[in-house]
Amino acid sequence: MTSPTVAVIRTESRLFARERLSLFWIVLFPSLLLGVLGLIPSFREDTADLGGRSMIDLYVPVTVLLSMIMAAIMTMPPTLTGYRESGVLRRLGTTPARPSSILLGQLLVHAVAVAASSVIVIVLGRLVFGTPLPESPVGYVVAYVLALAVSLAIGSAITAVSPNGKAGQVVGMVVFFPSMFTAGVYVPVEVLSGTARDIISFTPYGAASNALNDAAAGTFPELVDLAVMGGWAVVLYLIAVRAFRWE
Amino acid sequence: MDGLRKTYGDKVAVDEISLRVHEGEIFGILGPNGAGKSTTVESIAGLRVGDRGRIRVHGIDPWSDRAPVTEVLGVQLQEARLQAKITVQEALELWSAFYADPEPWAPLAERLGLGTQLRQRFENLSGGQQQRLSIALALIGRPRVVVLDELTTGLDPRARREVWDLVRDVRDRGVTVLLVTHSMEEAQALCDRIAIVDAGRIRALDTPAGLIEAASAATITTFETSVAVDLASLRELDGVTAARSEHGTVTVEGAEGVALAVIEALRTQGVTPLRLRVAAGSLDAAYLDLTETETDTETRQEALR
Repeated sequence: MTSPTVAVIRTESRLFARERLSLFWIVLFPSLLLGVLGLIPSFREDTADLGGRSMIDLYVPVTVLLSMIMAAIMTMPPTLTGYRESGVLRRLGTTPARPSSILLGQLLVHAVAVAASSVIVIVLGRLVFGTPLPESPVGYVVAYVLALAVSLAIGSAITAVSPNGKAGQVVGMVVFFPSMFTAGVYVPVEVLSGTARDIISFTPYGAASNALNDAAAGTFPELVDLAVMGGWAVVLYLIAVRAFRWE
Repeated sequence: MDGLRKTYGDKVAVDEISLRVHEGEIFGILGPNGAGKSTTVESIAGLRVGDRGRIRVHGIDPWSDRAPVTEVLGVQLQEARLQAKITVQEALELWSAFYADPEPWAPLAERLGLGTQLRQRFENLSGGQQQRLSIALALIGRPRVVVLDELTTGLDPRARREVWDLVRDVRDRGVTVLLVTHSMEEAQALCDRIAIVDAGRIRALDTPAGLIEAASAATITTFETSVAVDLASLRELDGVTAARSEHGTVTVEGAEGVALAVIEALRTQGVTPLRLRVAAGSLDAAYLDLTETETDTETRQEALR
């Protein structure tokens, strides 16, 4: 007999594999974006202004963050608010399984999908456009794990503060665009400087962007960036835990 | 259950409900929407904790020992759905993994007429199939008590009968059934005993036959008229316990022979009754006696005008 929690997680993985649209946005879309940007010749040229890197080099961490945003803000909250609204959580609460196991399952499957997407983006960049692999692997992993943690915290907080699916969509949208901007999807954060850059560095994705770029370039991420991500993650998880309603 | 009370803000959902369900019976909780039925069963299932009172399910306190209660209590909740894309078989397998000694799901699915639907996703099942799956899941852990909340809501008449047969089956296997419904027909057809609940209180608790006997109406006469009827004079007739008018349909309740007196009285009033029906008393009468709703009061006021 498998434990109820394991069974719930297994079921959630299976169900997630059926969500083609979610999988597209999380796993395929970031690679597609990188591929399309890589077709622009000037993006492939190393530029002195970018510290000898090319735009496409900078877009590898950006597309890594993009898949986190898609998973944590666009697909996970609607799934969970849907579970709450349709009574899935309430129903599970009448069985020996803990309803929290379904939340854990959703966090896990989204984390795995993001990880898969990141591997594809990094390998694609390396093989097709010759982008360098992270030169500080340890730093990269640390920055990556924190970025993923803060992403899932954002998604959890959105789910928790939204009384229903409709509100969830609104909150999600409000969070989505600033996240895309601060992660550098429109303009890589590295390109910016001055006050704008400083402000962005205090957002979760701005800090994540700094940290991933540092690690990609070979230095260990700055502690302040790691602390910003960790701080946001802790605060958002606390909000999520306090505000979460099972029904 | 002893003195259960539960309030939401200043709204009292359940107000001092006490009842004892015997092992192996089908016990009905009948009442209008918003009477506190669902709150009551959700408290039994441990999903809600009452403000006051005490509940024991086979000796277990669902408020403090929720986990052990889930082992003896199977629950089918009102309007609780499953994940849209889960298949019937996956749901059955998932629920099987929750219990130490689950009932084999394949024969259970077969018995519930889900044998050919195993690969169907929940979202593609008909309302009746979803309901039957929900019942299967409530039964899979071999519960000693099963709570069925509004189980035939939205089912067509055939599916309803099938589900009823199934509930009797479950009872015959020795499982206690707690049935929550707002359908009097359902309560009358299935229940060994019924508690009629309204505005958070138990108004009556008896067998269906006992409730009908105690009701003020052994027979019910109904008819439609296009003109106003003097209800007051009908009420004064011998044996009439109640007369009311709703949307042009007049209902007169009372003892045997009241129907003839009513027809006579209508003739003297010069009223031609249309669609005249005389029926034996049912749970309806008992129910209406006991559940004073706003519409009843309105109809009375209408009758006085």
